[in-house]
Amino acid sequence: MSRALGRTPYFVVAGGLAVIFLFPLLWNAWASVSGQPGTAQESGHGLGNYRTLLHYDAGLWRYLLNSTVVSALTVALTLGVSLLGGYAFARFDFPGKNLLFLLTLAILMVPYATLLIPLYVLLGRLHLQNSLVGLSLVLAMFQLPFATFMMRISFEAVPRELEESAFVDGCGTAGALRRVLLPAVRPGLITVGLFAFLAAWNDFIAPLILISDSEKAPLPLAVANLRQQSMGAVDYGATEAGVVVLAVPCLLLFLLLQRHYMRGFMSGALKG
Amino acid sequence: MQGLSPRATRGLAYATPTAVLVTVFFLLPLLLVAQMSLSDWPLLAGDRGLNTPENYTDATDSTLFWPAVRFTLLYTVIVTVVLLGLALLLALLVQESRPAAGFFRTVYFLPGALGLASASLLFWGLYSPTTGPLSSVLERLGLVDDPVSFLGTPTSALLSTVFLVVWKFAGFYMLILLVGLQRIPHELYEAARMDGASRAQIFRRITLPLLRPSIALTLLLCVTGSLLAFDQFFILTKGGPDNSTVTVVQLIYREAFQRLNLGTAAALSIIVLAVLLLLNALQFRGLRRADES
Repeated sequence: MSRALGRTPYFVVAGGLAVIFLFPLLWNAWASVSGQPGTAQESGHGLGNYRTLLHYDAGLWRYLLNSTVVSALTVALTLGVSLLGGYAFARFDFPGKNLLFLLTLAILMVPYATLLIPLYVLLGRLHLQNSLVGLSLVLAMFQLPFATFMMRISFEAVPRELEESAFVDGCGTAGALRRVLLPAVRPGLITVGLFAFLAAWNDFIAPLILISDSEKAPLPLAVANLRQQSMGAVDYGATEAGVVVLAVPCLLLFLLLQRHYMRGFMSGALKG
Repeated sequence: MQGLSPRATRGLAYATPTAVLVTVFFLLPLLLVAQMSLSDWPLLAGDRGLNTPENYTDATDSTLFWPAVRFTLLYTVIVTVVLLGLALLLALLVQESRPAAGFFRTVYFLPGALGLASASLLFWGLYSPTTGPLSSVLERLGLVDDPVSFLGTPTSALLSTVFLVVWKFAGFYMLILLVGLQRIPHELYEAARMDGASRAQIFRRITLPLLRPSIALTLLLCVTGSLLAFDQFFILTKGGPDNSTVTVVQLIYREAFQRLNLGTAAALSIIVLAVLLLLNALQFRGLRRADES
């Protein structure tokens, strides 16, 4: 009895904070289907705001496609490069190895915005300006410090005997990587992939600077533009619908992979 | 490749994609921004002669430069104090042994899965005096008489943005501090309790000192992130009202893409880079000292 009473303040504080943390999310979901004057959903409840979003400028499907392409390319590039790089850093000795690893980590030390201005100029020279491929390459580069570090740790945790037995069976290093090591480092790959997806899907400033054509805008940029373009008459409803479309994949992925993500995060933080 | 063992050649081959990405998209831009900061560099093609040190003097002479520096520092101090304080409270609340800790942990982290731009757009609607719910809630509670303009005055715009940022990041910093809390051996707490130490004493004498490395890490991340704030102000306040919430990174963006002056923007970037490197070096030293103690 006294134990239960002792817990009451804890539940009041933790519960009250939980309400504050959940309220904006729940309110936004509710507001996106609620009626507001001056929006496509004048009164009652329904999907009017989502219909506005569907037909806004280049259309919701185009923006979703852009975001999907950028996220998929970024995840694929990050996974590919950090898988090979992590393997090289964990298992091989070659000239310049430590310098390259330090340079990769140094990306963390340089502010995002500082690099975007020269990248804007550089992508122009590479004929990659205003392109989703160029944007993905930049986003993948910013993921490299975390991804390479994580993959190097993952490979180092695999016992060497495992790949040596593959060599005995006649595999080369590539064969050992594909057949034996790949399954062993899968947890690391999932964590790296989730981070890369969230970063690419949510990024705002890189597309703001590197993408000039509204046809090629990823979703966050498009929703922000939707709000800014309508001078005077602001469509709050469509913006709220846009936030829902942006948030749902992130929240679902997080809840699905939560156990794994927390574990990967905690072990990474412990070792780091 | 002569003179290299086959194994070294292989390793080099596996590291090549990393080397290419780092060289082309990191080192080259770093050199380029240094060159740009010394040259006249209009957005479109044009004269690219030397413009030293005008880019740098132009950057610091801008009427917005010192106000932006002051505002960014003020914002950083407020966010860091509030965010780290709340994150510590959350971490202590949802430690392993508490009932429903896992549920609360998930709820507090949930905003962290959203992007900062998405969260800013969400709060932009939440703060709206016409359709947002906050104003009418405050009115109904009798706390205010007129609709509140959350983004209307310099002070309220700053505090409203701080609230958004704290909401978005508190769960993330809570996680880092939780990792630190889990590293503190249980025996220490038990021994202290046996000696009759009060909760406050245990917190001050055991928890806080042993949590120092984790606190230092969150401090480093929080200060760096706040000094580079952009999305939240670009979306929520657009730098207003009256340019009262222009941050340094926003200044770089304006110089480059609104005043079309890439050289000056590059000079500003170099200044920010230098300050941050210095600051990070200082904090790393503190971090290491905290780790040793």
